[in-house]
Amino acid sequence: MEIFAFFFLATVIALSAILVVAFRNPVYSVISLLVMFFHVAALFVSLHAEFLAAVQIIVYAGAILVLYLFVVMLLNLKHDDSYQRQVWIGVGLGGVALAEIIYLVVTAGSASPRSLSGDKMMACAAAAASAMPQGNTEMVGRLLYTKYLFPFEVASLILLVAMIGAILLAKKEIRGE
Amino acid sequence: MVPLSYYMILSAVVFVTGLVGVLIRRNIIILLLSIELMLNATNINFVAFSYYLHDTAGQVFVFFALTVAAAEVAVGLAILIALYRGNPTVNVEEFNLLKG
Repeated sequence: MEIFAFFFLATVIALSAILVVAFRNPVYSVISLLVMFFHVAALFVSLHAEFLAAVQIIVYAGAILVLYLFVVMLLNLKHDDSYQRQVWIGVGLGGVALAEIIYLVVTAGSASPRSLSGDKMMACAAAAASAMPQGNTEMVGRLLYTKYLFPFEVASLILLVAMIGAILLAKKEIRGE
Repeated sequence: MVPLSYYMILSAVVFVTGLVGVLIRRNIIILLLSIELMLNATNINFVAFSYYLHDTAGQVFVFFALTVAAAEVAVGLAILIALYRGNPTVNVEEFNLLKG
């Protein structure tokens, strides 16, 4: 049952990712990316990361994609810019990279004695799922505010800098300066 | 129980799709969307490892990756609007202001 859910979600994620790149109309691309984000959120739920699934929908689907749609419609792109000339070189290079990654993943799973796959890992994950005394959100929050407190503060600084930068870049130039 | 390598292959497929998108498209908005695809592929990997290694740190990393993605979108789209004001196009080949 679990594996069927995984294959369904993986198929939809892969197809909608390809459609994001393949559609000529940017609005269709953004909608396709929206479908992909929802299915990635479902994948996170199946991996017991409920907090991240909610954050994925709120931040990605709710904020980032709305910003993209806003810009696409603001710029009113009538003429569709076609593909680059080197489409087949790009696709070929991508195929080679994908083959290499899959080869590495498959061989590392079978050959290395200290590999991450195998029965031990399954047992570990099963134990993790059963022995979860507190919810996922509590665990993430506790870790975020104790061990990763300094990176958390740096992240807030990044957001502040991005906000100032976006306002400064997008505003009109003030005359008489 | 789904093996971990399946998640890694899914993430690789999504990442390579984003990479090919950056290589083959001319529309600058699609380029930014492809970068989002690549960031999401790493997020899938982080969450899968976090589940299989029983370590919540991976999910915290995804949280930070999300922060960086949001910042990147805000600044990237602001740059795009500033560029569009000077030269009304989204074709990356026409942006050669810094070419010597």
